[in-house]
Amino acid sequence: MTTSTMQFKIYRYDPDKDNAPYMQDISVEVDFSIDRKLLDILTRLKAKDDTLSYRRSCREGICGSDAMNINGKNGLACLTEIKDLKQPVVLRPLPGLPVIRDLIVDMTQFFKQYHSIKPYLINEGPRPERERLQSPEEREELNGLYECILCACCSTSCPSFWWNPDKFVGPAGLLNAYRFIADTRDQATNERLDDLEDPYRLFRCHSIMNCVDVCPKGLNPTRAIGKIKEMMVRRAI
Amino acid sequence: MYDTVKGSDWLGDQDAIEYMCRMAPEVVVELEHFGMPFDRTDEGKIYQRPFGGHMSNFGEKPVRRACAAADRTGHAMLHALYQRNVRANTQFFVEWMALDLIRDDSGQVLGVIALEMETGEVVAFHAKATVFATGGAGRIFYSSTNAFINTGDGLGMAARAGIALEDMEFWQFHPTGVAGAGVLITEGVRGEGGILRNSANERFMERYAPNAKDLASRDVVSRAMVTEINEGRGCGPNKDFVLLDITHLDPATIMKRLPGIREISIQFAGIDPIKAPIPVVPTCHYQMGGVPTNYKGQVVADDGTPVKGFYAAGEVACASVHGANRLGTNSLLDLLVFGKSSGDSVIDDLKSGTIGLKELPVDYAERTMARLNRLNTQTGGADVNATRLELQRTMQKHCGVFRFKDMLSEGVAKILDIEKAVARTEIKDKSQVWNTARVEALELDNLIEVAKATMISAEARKESRGAHVRDDAPDTAANPNGRDDINWHKHTLWHRDANRLDYKPVIMKPLSVESIALKTRSY
Repeated sequence: MTTSTMQFKIYRYDPDKDNAPYMQDISVEVDFSIDRKLLDILTRLKAKDDTLSYRRSCREGICGSDAMNINGKNGLACLTEIKDLKQPVVLRPLPGLPVIRDLIVDMTQFFKQYHSIKPYLINEGPRPERERLQSPEEREELNGLYECILCACCSTSCPSFWWNPDKFVGPAGLLNAYRFIADTRDQATNERLDDLEDPYRLFRCHSIMNCVDVCPKGLNPTRAIGKIKEMMVRRAI
Repeated sequence: MYDTVKGSDWLGDQDAIEYMCRMAPEVVVELEHFGMPFDRTDEGKIYQRPFGGHMSNFGEKPVRRACAAADRTGHAMLHALYQRNVRANTQFFVEWMALDLIRDDSGQVLGVIALEMETGEVVAFHAKATVFATGGAGRIFYSSTNAFINTGDGLGMAARAGIALEDMEFWQFHPTGVAGAGVLITEGVRGEGGILRNSANERFMERYAPNAKDLASRDVVSRAMVTEINEGRGCGPNKDFVLLDITHLDPATIMKRLPGIREISIQFAGIDPIKAPIPVVPTCHYQMGGVPTNYKGQVVADDGTPVKGFYAAGEVACASVHGANRLGTNSLLDLLVFGKSSGDSVIDDLKSGTIGLKELPVDYAERTMARLNRLNTQTGGADVNATRLELQRTMQKHCGVFRFKDMLSEGVAKILDIEKAVARTEIKDKSQVWNTARVEALELDNLIEVAKATMISAEARKESRGAHVRDDAPDTAANPNGRDDINWHKHTLWHRDANRLDYKPVIMKPLSVESIALKTRSY
């Protein structure tokens, strides 16, 4: 048997017509010979009910747009294997950010924090005619950092980010901060550390490690945060 | 430059190709300065790997030219460029969908009308200059490596505004999409030593391209794969895919140079490529045609004069550097080079006073509002999802890797039929807030324009060239590979108005070097 019925509970809210959010029970015929990922099922559901709203684009875990809360854990619909899911599958928008509609959240605060760490290379030296040199070992320091897709799974699974989304940079922003601190071509390490040496911006991280648990790319923001803290200690001595 | 001209099957414009190749080192170095995390050689320089169709000494042997960041070059580049924009404080209108171009009676482009998805509000962006970087329309095909959003919105807007679309019959089928899922496996895999094998475990590319083998141009490799499958040498229970084998590579190399591909393969094929080969099939990947531009990134009218106020770069544009078949890596290079040149052209045209703010025509929003109102009030109409599927299946069946005379003419009739359904699509969702049903219906309006342009241009081109290969134009002594330079060495221009086709000559004169003369293409 390759087909079976799966049960879903999906968070629904359209501010244009609903007074309050509600959970909708839906069952759907799944054909396991074609349907592998949760996004395949959402596509099926949307073909039947075009009011169901969610973001999606690349369907291969690169754009990060279909992040949602799946059975209590944040993840990307396009990378979530349906066979592994406990039923009814409960789908909710990412926690901690304002809901716009159904599974779509307002990402403004998340991107504000990303922008706040100056996510770009700072090097005010004269531009050489050729590339800036970097050894393979130095370049390796960026592995596990530059792959971030900004899906917000990590930051919206972090209790510290839920309480202080305006003051705590959050795991995604901090991982990216370290991506530039670790880049030998970047000259702003001290300024970057100064900016983060703050009771909220960095030190709200209490190593709960939800971020590591949910990252769909297998990245480790807690380790990056640890490295930033280590550098702060080392420069203080 | 020779590789790109040859890759294009001599349909690329040599002024634009020379410009792109000449600018290449400069824009790659600039990208590195922006922070792009390129892989490195032991001397600390940018790592380069072999790629399909990249050869030294006019096609002699494969060469290391492709600059790479592991197997995530595109992803790393997107983020480096976005980060540069954060630094520049660029104002983005995030999750707005542009619906139509605004043009006045003189043909000058004065901006776009756009929909804010969060509120449903429709707004005119009244502009001195409009630059399209809207990407391609790979979603006209059922099986595509492209994202859901690659619906040719820029092409639809241009076509509705009376701008011709150039060379739309040329679509690249990438040799290695994951069978079933369509997800892309980069050519870098073959660059690092990956080999394609049929059901007899044979390295079949040796027969089709004795010199370049698995690193021949994409159109050549895709056709070889389909031929193997059609002749019964495909793999799997249905013999409908071939295998991409990297099990002979050192696992450390795979982990270092191809980590993303390993991830994708495990996720979408259920296979760890360190241990077993990946099932792959040719999958629609890239549109060589597009909105006609010159090498300065200005959109041009049929006579070659710039359309005032309108610029385009990347997959939406047709400069044309890719001609009938694009070389691997040239898409990213194209968007860097022509993204820059179009920006420079905007500055030049503003300084010279060629463009400036003009008054909007009184009826500037009429056509768009009529389209939105029609969609909001339609009853008893066609289902968006079903109509799109029918369009995609028709394109796949009638306009694929190999094309057949009868299938093409049937395909034209079918697409024109589907157009009627697209004109009366109905959505149930009437909300103003983040209405994705509305967005998908509006995207379908764009997909149908691209599908018409493609099918009609393909039906009309009675030769085989690059990615466009038809049964009634076979390989003969007079026309090697079925290419007919006497009658068809020219660009197609499709006009939405009455589906009229025009043609214009290929620019054979480069900017400074000698012209690369027509020659039979083999790898």
